[in-house]
Amino acid sequence: MRNQITAKTITDSEFFYGHKACAGCGGSLAVRIALKVLGEGAISVLPAGCMSAVGFNYPHLCFSNNSIISTFAGTASMLTGVEAGARAVGIKNFKAVGLAGDGGTADIGIQALSGAIDRNDDILYICYDNEAYMNTGIQKSGLTPFGAKTTTTPSGENIHGNLRPKKNLFEIVAAHDIPYAATASIGNLKDFMNKIEKASKIKGTAYIHVVAPCPIGWGIPVNETIEISQKMMDCGLWYLAEYENGQFKLNRNPSEFSSIKDYLLSQSRFKHLEDADIKILAAQRDAKWTTIRKNWNTAEEDL
Amino acid sequence: MTKAFLSGNDAFAEGIRLARPQVISIYPITPQTTVVERISEMVEDSSLKSELIHVESEHSALSCAIGASAMGARTFTATSSQGLLYMAECLQYASGGRFPIVMMNANRSTALPWNIYGDQRDSLSQLDSGWIQVYVEDAQESLDMALQGYHIAENPLVSTPIMVNLDGFVLTHTYETVEIPSQTDADRFLPPFQTENKMSMDNPKNLAFSVGPDNNMEFKYLQHKAMQDSKRIIEETDAKFAEIFGRGYGGLTQGYRIDDADYILLTLGSITGLCREVVDELRERGEKVGLLKLRFLRPFPDEDLVAALGSAKAIGVLEKDISFGYEGTVYTNVNSVIAKNGLRLETYNFIAGLGGRDISRENIKAMFRHLQSGGQHVNFIGLGVTIDA
Repeated sequence: MRNQITAKTITDSEFFYGHKACAGCGGSLAVRIALKVLGEGAISVLPAGCMSAVGFNYPHLCFSNNSIISTFAGTASMLTGVEAGARAVGIKNFKAVGLAGDGGTADIGIQALSGAIDRNDDILYICYDNEAYMNTGIQKSGLTPFGAKTTTTPSGENIHGNLRPKKNLFEIVAAHDIPYAATASIGNLKDFMNKIEKASKIKGTAYIHVVAPCPIGWGIPVNETIEISQKMMDCGLWYLAEYENGQFKLNRNPSEFSSIKDYLLSQSRFKHLEDADIKILAAQRDAKWTTIRKNWNTAEEDL
Repeated sequence: MTKAFLSGNDAFAEGIRLARPQVISIYPITPQTTVVERISEMVEDSSLKSELIHVESEHSALSCAIGASAMGARTFTATSSQGLLYMAECLQYASGGRFPIVMMNANRSTALPWNIYGDQRDSLSQLDSGWIQVYVEDAQESLDMALQGYHIAENPLVSTPIMVNLDGFVLTHTYETVEIPSQTDADRFLPPFQTENKMSMDNPKNLAFSVGPDNNMEFKYLQHKAMQDSKRIIEETDAKFAEIFGRGYGGLTQGYRIDDADYILLTLGSITGLCREVVDELRERGEKVGLLKLRFLRPFPDEDLVAALGSAKAIGVLEKDISFGYEGTVYTNVNSVIAKNGLRLETYNFIAGLGGRDISRENIKAMFRHLQSGGQHVNFIGLGVTIDA
């Protein structure tokens, strides 16, 4: 790959700084890295959610690039207005970027996101996925995985956490025939940074779905956010992929998966799962990978 | 200046063309649709150079307009009824963020039961949304208030969005001869939008933030003060408009034969024309009646009401609205002025035209008779069912 951004070459400038996100927060790392790649021309739109709650409290405002909070449902629609407005008043060299969580994207914000992709607005939408409504205290979202315990999907004798699988937002977005979509993880920052760089050059709508664990919500030590992100990919419950020119491409095709049980049981949100539950998740994973390997471009890349 | 035969919606679209908004978000809803159709045609034939955005809902229509306004662009959107209710969250967002968006609302009944015809329950239910609300009477006033709307909203002392309300169908779809100002005159009246309340690439800003209990009330007070200050700006805008175009509307209210009137009917919107005719007819018979058109409901024209109603014996508020379990919302607002200022007069509420029901000349005469004879305070006009006393 050409002119890769790495930890050595990324700017020292900070654009999301001095906020009060929790220790080990994956979402704030994703936002910080995204803005470092995009630079001072980024005009960010964040909905109500963790990042606006921790970084946008007057007079304590933590974004050094132009930023605005949108309504919960309105990240994409406000991005559309920001992009059109910036062009209309003659601003050049900017990138309108949305930074929204999984609930704000896959649930309440999906209609506006679909509308923006349908119009092919020249925007970049980044969903930082921590797999539940963490800001309000760990409630189930459409991206909460099967089996996860949240405060609205408790685990007990009758129900073992969330009953429904994680919504496949990456492919929902791709089904709009979007110019560029990608999955990413803060467990592979180099891949994430370079996907942002690539997406920022796309003319039209680009979407990046980055897994960004929440130590509080997942029930992991605060110094294991990156490690758990990597485990999630290694066990096959997340994958790095892109959609471009109408084609899906798998960026990383592991020859074997690490233990799914090990990944799950290292988090307190999955501690209650029994072998039967874990088998369901493993079967879902295997079915997904069979489809991916059959239908997507799986040529190996250097990640 | 040219003359054209236009519907209220067409006339409003002409006013928007002359105001040159830079970003317009559109989503159709009856009876607003012909506004967004005309505007789409204007963008197609380049007589209006705007970014035209086909959003997928009213919530997005206003959210998009807020985003564009935050970049310093003049923006427009339009809605009606269910659409206004669907964007209710964004109404308070726009006013709290002090984004001077102009929005046309085609006044329409709200479900349930479903009904596409005109009443004012949609906008009156949003009276507390922080938007300036004006109700216009005819197609000419529609066009003129599109222009005046930006002039008021964008004044730095105001910096508050404005909702221009047109009665659904009765006004939006009725054709009248309308004077269309020249672009030169329109530009002379309405300068380009300038604001400090926007993003800046040289000096980046964080907009639309959270404010805790320590400062929140101050922000809300400033919002209230701006709305209060807008009263003066509304009067000045109308005076400037009259100077350039030769017609004005009197600002917050417009009286008709009220100077010596004992009995005054307060109206909103398109029903005012018929009420004026009834006033003329009753005046010919020697009855001391008059009319006060409430143009703006926010800011509320309390000083105007005291001046106009002070010597009346009885007044009636005619509104296409009911706040279930109490009375018409406009009536409540008017009574507050009467009580605060110690005016000694009887007040009556005439609730009419819900779901588009016709309000006849005879209905209006009966209202004036009621003012003179006295009786029940809150009255449903033309109700087809018997009311238990």
